[in-house]
Amino acid sequence: MAQMLQRTPLHDRHVALGARMVPFGGWEMPVQYTGVIQEHRAVRADAGVFDVSHMGELEIEGPRAHRLLQSTLSNDLDRLAPGEAQYTLLTNERGGIVDDLIAYRLARHRFLLVVNASNHLTDYEWLKERELEGSDVRDVSDEYALIAVQGPRAIERLGLPPARPFTFAEAVLDGVEVMVNRTGYTGEDGCELLCMAEDAGQLWDAVLARGVVPCGLGARDTLRLEACYPLHGNDIGPETDPISAGLGWTCALDKEFTGVDRIREVKARGPEQRLVAFVMIERAIPRHGMPIEGGGEVTSGSHSPTLDIGIGMGYVPSRIAQPGTELTIDVRGRPRAARVVKKPIYKRED
Amino acid sequence: MAAAESYPDDLKYHSEHDWARIDGDEAVLGITWFAADALGELVHFEPPATGSTVAKDDTYGEVESVKAVSDLIAPLSGEVLDVNQRVVDAPEIVNEDPYGDGWLIRIRLSDPSEVDGLLDLDAYKQVLAEQ
Repeated sequence: MAQMLQRTPLHDRHVALGARMVPFGGWEMPVQYTGVIQEHRAVRADAGVFDVSHMGELEIEGPRAHRLLQSTLSNDLDRLAPGEAQYTLLTNERGGIVDDLIAYRLARHRFLLVVNASNHLTDYEWLKERELEGSDVRDVSDEYALIAVQGPRAIERLGLPPARPFTFAEAVLDGVEVMVNRTGYTGEDGCELLCMAEDAGQLWDAVLARGVVPCGLGARDTLRLEACYPLHGNDIGPETDPISAGLGWTCALDKEFTGVDRIREVKARGPEQRLVAFVMIERAIPRHGMPIEGGGEVTSGSHSPTLDIGIGMGYVPSRIAQPGTELTIDVRGRPRAARVVKKPIYKRED
Repeated sequence: MAAAESYPDDLKYHSEHDWARIDGDEAVLGITWFAADALGELVHFEPPATGSTVAKDDTYGEVESVKAVSDLIAPLSGEVLDVNQRVVDAPEIVNEDPYGDGWLIRIRLSDPSEVDGLLDLDAYKQVLAEQ
């Protein structure tokens, strides 16, 4: 049976703007409006806006909400005061990554998790099965829309006050009540605006009216790859552990959570493979699934609009994971030279 | 800036959205506006080696945009005389000028009679209408 693609509350606006719509994680989403490279550059130079309403939102509330999440998420929730957020992982018994997500502490006993679109049901069921008395897990994805405004001028264009990364606050933006989250997936300053689904159109129009450029998932992918943010399903997944993926910093190994023993083991003996970032030395564009000589594989690859060369991430044996090491990528039968670089490939100037 | 949609009537076309400009026993090859637009801004051109041979209806190279890879299909057979190095260095020229500066390779035809099998503008427009 053909699966019906879901549409965000902004679907008609994307179509009216001339966006090219593609299926993504069960959703019909804009991949580009005018062009991936132009949109990418708008975010690096000024400000761009992305409809990311396909992402899932789970709310966990109750006196035992903290206990449930502290035992299922890798990062330490005790470091999170109300008004703060953290990047964290939902892990399985093998220490694999069920999903990567951002946890927001709304109140002492109330948390919001923003999770990947294609994993949101898995995550919901995962937490629902482990629900404790006094920790109510609700899927509130349909109630909200999420709009990411990213770029060096994003905050200024929205007229928002400065705030630290990974904090959030309530605000009214051009008449729309929003939760302003100082988070993002582009490597730039900016925020993600959470609003009620029925207000999404008004908010989107207001953001565009402030001179922010609409950007599709194509630019979102090249931006996140330059910033070396992993994409779940490509770079990380249920069969990859956080240590090999370079996400050890998200794991509080001094607390107990699902799969922590396995993660401690990998950490203690050192991972056999590591997720590295690389740039092409020879002209070629690496793509997901291409073999890397010596026993590795490209997990994400693209042309970098900022560097104007091919870039990527992939797992390689630890002995060839050091920055500076030359790699050979098999580009559809053609060996092409690349070099391991320190992550991230792109870092904004402060 | 991407070019506006156009299809010159002095070219021969192949249904895989390639064009050929015939000049005696030589031809210059490229991709049509439709192909360039469908791919989006080109960021890579993988050309054949000068001196190699290309065969009608076979792949002779690749072009890539940020999101997609596309094989280049030779509309005619022959020997590669020249590769457009400007496009190798700046593939977006294809989007800006697909029939002029954005040409891809020049070949010497091994069988000039193959030209008769190509599409003229009207026939190619039929192909486009069916997309």
